[in-house]
Amino acid sequence: MAPPPAPPQKSPSPSQPSGKSEVSDLKLQLRQLAGSRAPGADDSKRDLFKRVISYMTVGIDVSAAFSEMVMCSATSDIVLKKMCYLYVGNYARCHPDLALLTINFLQKDCHDEDPMIRGLALRSLCSLRVPNLVEYLVAPLGAGLKDGSSYVRMVAAVGVLKLHHISAATCLDSDFPAVLKSLMLTDPDAQVVANCLFVLQEIWNLEANKSEEAARERETLLSKKIVYYLLNRIKEFNEWAQCLVLELVAKYIPSDTDDIFDIMNLLEDRLQHANGAVVLATIKVFLHLTMSMTDVHQQVYERIKAPLLTLVGSGSSEQSYAVLSHLHLLVMRAPMLFSSDYKHFYCQFSDPSYVKKLKLEMLTAIANESNTYEIVTELCEYAGNVDVPIARESIRAVGKIALQQYDVNAIVDRLLQFLEMEKDYVTAETLVLVKDLLRKYPQWSHDCIAVVGNISSKNVQEPKAKAALIWMLGEYSQDMPDAPYILESLIENWDEENAAEVRLHLLTAAMKCFFKRPPETQKALGAALAAGLADSHQDVHDRALFYHRLLQYDVSVAEHVVNPPKQAVSVFADTQSSEIKDRIFDEFNSLSVVYQKPYMFTDKEHREPFEFSEEIGNLSLGQESVGNAPRYDESDKDLLLSTSEREENGGPSTNGPAASGYSAPTDYNSSLVSLSSQTQSETAISDPGMPKYTSQMTLAIDDLLGLSLNPKAALDPGTFQRKWGQLAVSISQDCSVSPQGVAALTTPQALIRHMQTSSIQCIARGQSPNFKFFFFAQKLDGPPSFFLVECLVNTSSAKAQVKIKADDATASEVFFGLFQSALSKFGVL
Amino acid sequence: MIAQFFVLSQRGDNIVFRDYRGEVSKGSAEIFFRKVKFWKEDEEEEAPPVFVELLQRIARVTKDYLGVLNEDSLRKNFVLVYELLDEVIDFGYPQTTSTEVLKSYVFNEPIVIDSARVPPLGPASMFMQGTKKMPGTAITKSVIVTEPGGRKREEIFVDIIEKISVTFSSSVNINMEQGYILTSEIDGTIQMKSYLTGSPEIRLALNEDLSIGRNSSSVYGENKPSLLAADYIVALFSLKLQIPPDGEFAAMNYRMTQEFKPPFRVNPLIEEAGQLKAEVIIKIHADFAPSVTANTITVQMPVPTYTARVSFELESGAVGQTADFKEGAKRLEWCLKKAGFSSMCFRFILFVLLFYKLYQFYNISILFVRIFISLRKMLQIVGGSEHTLRAKLTFSQESHGNIAREAGPINMNFTIPMYNASKLQVRYLHIAKKSPSYNPYRWVRYVTQSNSYVARL
Repeated sequence: MAPPPAPPQKSPSPSQPSGKSEVSDLKLQLRQLAGSRAPGADDSKRDLFKRVISYMTVGIDVSAAFSEMVMCSATSDIVLKKMCYLYVGNYARCHPDLALLTINFLQKDCHDEDPMIRGLALRSLCSLRVPNLVEYLVAPLGAGLKDGSSYVRMVAAVGVLKLHHISAATCLDSDFPAVLKSLMLTDPDAQVVANCLFVLQEIWNLEANKSEEAARERETLLSKKIVYYLLNRIKEFNEWAQCLVLELVAKYIPSDTDDIFDIMNLLEDRLQHANGAVVLATIKVFLHLTMSMTDVHQQVYERIKAPLLTLVGSGSSEQSYAVLSHLHLLVMRAPMLFSSDYKHFYCQFSDPSYVKKLKLEMLTAIANESNTYEIVTELCEYAGNVDVPIARESIRAVGKIALQQYDVNAIVDRLLQFLEMEKDYVTAETLVLVKDLLRKYPQWSHDCIAVVGNISSKNVQEPKAKAALIWMLGEYSQDMPDAPYILESLIENWDEENAAEVRLHLLTAAMKCFFKRPPETQKALGAALAAGLADSHQDVHDRALFYHRLLQYDVSVAEHVVNPPKQAVSVFADTQSSEIKDRIFDEFNSLSVVYQKPYMFTDKEHREPFEFSEEIGNLSLGQESVGNAPRYDESDKDLLLSTSEREENGGPSTNGPAASGYSAPTDYNSSLVSLSSQTQSETAISDPGMPKYTSQMTLAIDDLLGLSLNPKAALDPGTFQRKWGQLAVSISQDCSVSPQGVAALTTPQALIRHMQTSSIQCIARGQSPNFKFFFFAQKLDGPPSFFLVECLVNTSSAKAQVKIKADDATASEVFFGLFQSALSKFGVL
Repeated sequence: MIAQFFVLSQRGDNIVFRDYRGEVSKGSAEIFFRKVKFWKEDEEEEAPPVFVELLQRIARVTKDYLGVLNEDSLRKNFVLVYELLDEVIDFGYPQTTSTEVLKSYVFNEPIVIDSARVPPLGPASMFMQGTKKMPGTAITKSVIVTEPGGRKREEIFVDIIEKISVTFSSSVNINMEQGYILTSEIDGTIQMKSYLTGSPEIRLALNEDLSIGRNSSSVYGENKPSLLAADYIVALFSLKLQIPPDGEFAAMNYRMTQEFKPPFRVNPLIEEAGQLKAEVIIKIHADFAPSVTANTITVQMPVPTYTARVSFELESGAVGQTADFKEGAKRLEWCLKKAGFSSMCFRFILFVLLFYKLYQFYNISILFVRIFISLRKMLQIVGGSEHTLRAKLTFSQESHGNIAREAGPINMNFTIPMYNASKLQVRYLHIAKKSPSYNPYRWVRYVTQSNSYVARL
């Protein structure tokens, strides 16, 4: 805020700029001082300028004093000058006409004797951000790039980028990029070189989609010559520039193994740098370079371990967290390599909980035969922690380690001890874990059930834990003498149970218990079904109805459905697929690692087609919804029909009513011309491809015979990314690309437009030499069903890899046919 | 790239605000204040460590120039800070963060704030390298201010700062010792702050028995007490010969996981005493040389959540000790402070007495000396002393089962000046002489701080 001499502005908040009178007061004083040559005038000017800038900082609009400020700027006092530049830079954009006033003195300063003044003036000149004044920029910039002082060259290089942002055409017409390129390769000052590098990177990135030349230029930045040149000078750069260069090197594709080792030897000592950013950037280079060499890759892990661990301990907890996230990623990829370092991941008292959480995950991952005992002992200490979320997290970690199959015996004992601690949250977490454990190791049921049976269900309040307890009561009711009675009392309190999850489990548990001990449970089951049928929750109601009818139909069939002999779960579905982990690994040293989410849509430019399609989608939404209304009715009828049919059949269906009930009604009036008879033949081929789907599915396939795609499909990148993470790959196929196809790919926009005509939208694409495209399409009719495609084209080997994920996996074969035909029409295949 | 740089006060108003690229909408600072989060711009992937490191570096450079870094000094010197920011970042790209290079671009004179009455930085202190800095007495002098006397004082400060983490186990190990050390770690740094003109060369020599890396098994196995084995050392400059940059910088970071003697032994005990009562006894023993004195020690211990009242029993004659029960956090806090004013007076009187009576009543004076020494032990946490806290807990409900599981662990915070656990030592600090009369001041300090000092129950 303001310095002490101006007390009145202490009160206004930044959002409510006030103080109009102060501003006019300042104007007046400035005007008086403007022409003054009196001794001490500079000092009072300084005070006034300071006040102006402090107002500006707080958010009060002082642009009214613009002309006065400019009038006062004719001074030799450099402090005043700097303040004036700052002011002008801030307000020139809103007052382009007044900005013209400043050009004169800035240009004059650009020819000052002092290189510092030249640099400052040039920087301010380029920071005006006024399009009309671009013409005044070119000459000083050109002179600045040839200046004898490295400071001025440094400023001029960045100035080129600023010019490009104001007016790209002027920048290119003056041929500045070429000048920068030669400067980059020859300048003795390392910071000038670094500035040229990032300016060129940014300019060519922005230009790449407009001109092929720029795209080529961007590639040359990654050429061996330039990369080696920069690497040889790396020690001259300051740490930030080093990060920049290392980032570039990480994208470099080495020609052979010698190349790789040369670079690694050169960068070896960067791992000892005190700046964590440099170390991580170096590690990224190492990891990317050795990707294809398994044994060296492993050595790299060994080598980077110590620097990373030291970095974790040396900075603030925020720094530690950033580094730990990367370590976390590496640990997840190669837990074996870290298994002897487990003590480094023990939580410290002073660690903030976000660091603790990461450490717990790592401890879980690196547990193996040799260290499980120590790790679990340590984790058990945390279970009594005052920090409840961490205590919960550590109990979960113990459970996860148990599921990894090491030393289960000891862990089960520990878990059961948790139950005796009688802390609500400990009990709750443990119950959920014991349930999972039993699903995997049914042989432990005896020990567990003895302890679980002693827990009073009144002490368990959390829905998840309650559901777990109820599940165990149902599953092991033969071993727990009072299971039916506990269930009965729970059912009596049906109305007080808020969570639908618990009520669902209660129904199932009552069923299971009934099959094992019918006389004791019959009454409770009846009560449960009655309560379930009256339940307002749709799922609970449906399940109760379903059980009710099953029992009416045949009790033995019902038992077969509800309580079949179970196989122990071998692997629980992982929450994060390895594919996503790989993606994050590709984005090492970026925020993706910290967020633990990959970032797919890198370049803004490539999102344009998507933004375009979204617009169209929004526009057409109105009319479409009108057209769709009757169709929804139809599908509703259909749904009713199919359920009533099933009621008549009364046959068992483990899939529940959803699978066929929601199948889309057939609609052939496709408006798409591009969908020719080829689609039909493709479908014919696909039919024998899926013999595993039985009669239930045929209905769905019938629907798809005329798979038509929504030409106005819209999907936002977030949803795409989520879907991509959730869905499994339904088709993954390699095909070869024709030479013409490779040539055609040099202009990917054409392909994207072509695919759009086939109602397949491109949502993102990557860089050459590996062209990567993400497409999506939506089924025209029925419930929204999307197809997601990742298409990776390797131009050097002329191979394309296509991965398709779909909401409705059965239709993906058909879609793949469509996709292929679209590609071949373009000449790619 | 960095689009904007701003420093906000705790109330959320701008202290310093600089827009480098003009790409972010206006209310960014306020949005940031309301929901502090990393910006995830959808343009390019950025490396998060770069920004955290850069923020810290900017904070450090600013501190070099302002002497003290806090809200007040920032507000008073905001024009200077703008000067710095203009040079440090241009159009979103970091340019230079070297205090020395920046000197030629900075023209404002800093308005120095009296460091004695500055409030702490609060949450923003994260940018000052955690708590690795010297507490309290850190040098608060700007690199560009000349002393009132005229000539600049030539001096260099070397701080060896070690943060130690120790976890004492609750259970008994094979050797039947209770409270054995479960994990121990030292994170150390050699921090330098140079006010030398003309950047002379400096030679810093450390122990000769320093060995780096654990690859030779003999180093680890032999367990020589004097042998120093650091796991890993990060050196900014080669230690033998270096030209220190102006201002503050870390010359070396190191980490040790080799066993060392922890400065304090902690023996906690919690026992049930009847149905609604329990007794806690915490004993700490200062395990270092008597010549060393620890600064303020705080001991914290969480107690069962159903604890209603606590009564304390401090050792008799204890001065500067306080014990408190934090009801909200359900935690005992035991504070041992350095000898306060009253005890200092007392000591002074003793001295006077001693001086007069020395030759008259030799025997009596010996007695006084004894009293004095024992008093000193009681008043301060000197090496070799032992302190005990007894607390009686009263519960509001019956405890079920194991109290020890519901209380603890005990955490200790302390600072011990002129002591370092790793035994790393600066043997000499040699500054290349420009003239025979050139003899700058050299200050070498050692500090050990607790990072995570935990005893389990």
